[in-house]
Amino acid sequence: MAGTETTPAPGTAEGDLAGLEAGLDALDAVQERRTPFGQVLLHKVLPPVTAVLLVLAVWKLLVVAGVTADYKLPDPSAVWHSLRGLWLDGTLLGIVWTSVSRGLLGFLAALAIGTPLGLLVARSAFVRAAIGPILSGLQSLPSVAWVPAAVIWLGITDSAMYAVILLGAVPSIANGLVSGIDQVPPLYLRAGRTMGATGARGAWHVLLPAALPGYIAGLKQGWAFSWRSLMAAELIASSPDLGLGLGQYLENARTDSDMPGVLLGILLILFVGIAIDLIVFSPLERRVLRSRGLAAAR
Amino acid sequence: MAPALTTGGSARGAVEDGAPAAAVRIDHVHKSFGRPGDRRSVPVLDDITLDVRPGEFVCLLGASGCGKSTLLNLVAGLDRPTAGTIEVPGGRPALMFQEHALFPWLTAGRNVELALRLRGLPREARRAEAERLLDLVRLGGAHRKRVHELSGGMRQRVALARALAQNSRVLLMDEPFAALDAITRDVLHHELTRIWSETSLSVLFVTHNVREAVRLGQRVVLLSSRPGRVAREWTVGLPQPRRIEDAAVADLSVEITEELRGEIRRHGRH
Repeated sequence: MAGTETTPAPGTAEGDLAGLEAGLDALDAVQERRTPFGQVLLHKVLPPVTAVLLVLAVWKLLVVAGVTADYKLPDPSAVWHSLRGLWLDGTLLGIVWTSVSRGLLGFLAALAIGTPLGLLVARSAFVRAAIGPILSGLQSLPSVAWVPAAVIWLGITDSAMYAVILLGAVPSIANGLVSGIDQVPPLYLRAGRTMGATGARGAWHVLLPAALPGYIAGLKQGWAFSWRSLMAAELIASSPDLGLGLGQYLENARTDSDMPGVLLGILLILFVGIAIDLIVFSPLERRVLRSRGLAAAR
Repeated sequence: MAPALTTGGSARGAVEDGAPAAAVRIDHVHKSFGRPGDRRSVPVLDDITLDVRPGEFVCLLGASGCGKSTLLNLVAGLDRPTAGTIEVPGGRPALMFQEHALFPWLTAGRNVELALRLRGLPREARRAEAERLLDLVRLGGAHRKRVHELSGGMRQRVALARALAQNSRVLLMDEPFAALDAITRDVLHHELTRIWSETSLSVLFVTHNVREAVRLGQRVVLLSSRPGRVAREWTVGLPQPRRIEDAAVADLSVEITEELRGEIRRHGRH
């Protein structure tokens, strides 16, 4: 017959049904809409920028009003000059990179240790009973507490820094994976088993992808812990041999009573922490959630 | 009351030669939850004997508590019977649930392809076969759609395509259309009977909806509740395609509903 091979001719019972089905599909299908760029700018960028400007304005106001001595609360422009100075010296990027590379390397090591550890805790009842509570308890232990021990064991070295990062980040990553796996709907596992996804194939094709949202939340928290731990370690265990990172820069500024430098150090640490989250983890999380229909376009 | 079997165990219409006479053989199956011998163990299924012949469409009907889903899990191999045997000569059956159970991290097409991959189909063949199966459920254009972008009816059709991708001889269905609206369900009944008549699939379909059972099945098996026993069965002699509003479907449904009500009433007397 004429070129309608997939859709039967209307009028026949079969054709009526195909038409009905097409109508149902069109009516029920979820329409997804991308937010226009202008709206993103208005709702996502404008509010934080306003907040930052407001903080700067209050700061400037306090300085002008002379609330406290200049060496305690310097003018915002003094902090800006410190930043400019570092940039013109050519040391700014070096300082930031020293810390960021340490943080990321430590985070990757924590990832490599925390992931199998999380899998083990999630899948083995014995291991879970043995170390599960310790692992969640460790998350509430500030990693600063590990610094003295790490320094005595490893000296003021890079190894001590990494040890502190690992002790802070590994529990977060492992716990994220455990809760991700615990929240996998049993229906997915049953469906997987009826299709023959058992054992390692079941873990690879069903369990791990289903646990991914919880895992990524754990990674996000793991990064925050890595960064915090590293800054604590750099502040306390600073030594010229280790190269100048953000923590050391902050500590040096304190010993020099250089308040603009101290504020700059704090702001840079905050900035790096936020930037890595915004560049790496938030897009990753949003992508995973959105592809599963879990995140409405907020 | 003893279970009354209207039709006996004789395999009417089954192939008499060397081919297996049953696609599913459920033989004196008991299932109770809890430890055997424990007084608190609850019997769920009691002496179920039921065969599904190759190519047959059997509907299992019962009120809640009759253990229909338990029986299906046993046939699917997700659980073991306490006593008795279950044979599925054609290998692992495919199973469809009331919830679509599609994996939300994969597209519709990838969900189907995963079943093909687990079946051992090589990569090049998977894509084309997934297209064919989606075409079969009339979702030719939905390969790249995410699960959450599909309507309830479309999701169940993808789930059907995924179940068919397992290439099993037996398809088990656990109230797969219970959560759909009437018109969508009607369309899916039609699609299912069409696909069933185009293939040599044997279907064991669990439902609590009498009309649905009569609309779809060649045979309707009524289970009693607590514990589940085969109470009665009917052979539906009506030709396919039927419609749910056919007078003959309605008449038989009235008769079966009366019987089902009787089964439910028995529990009120204890």
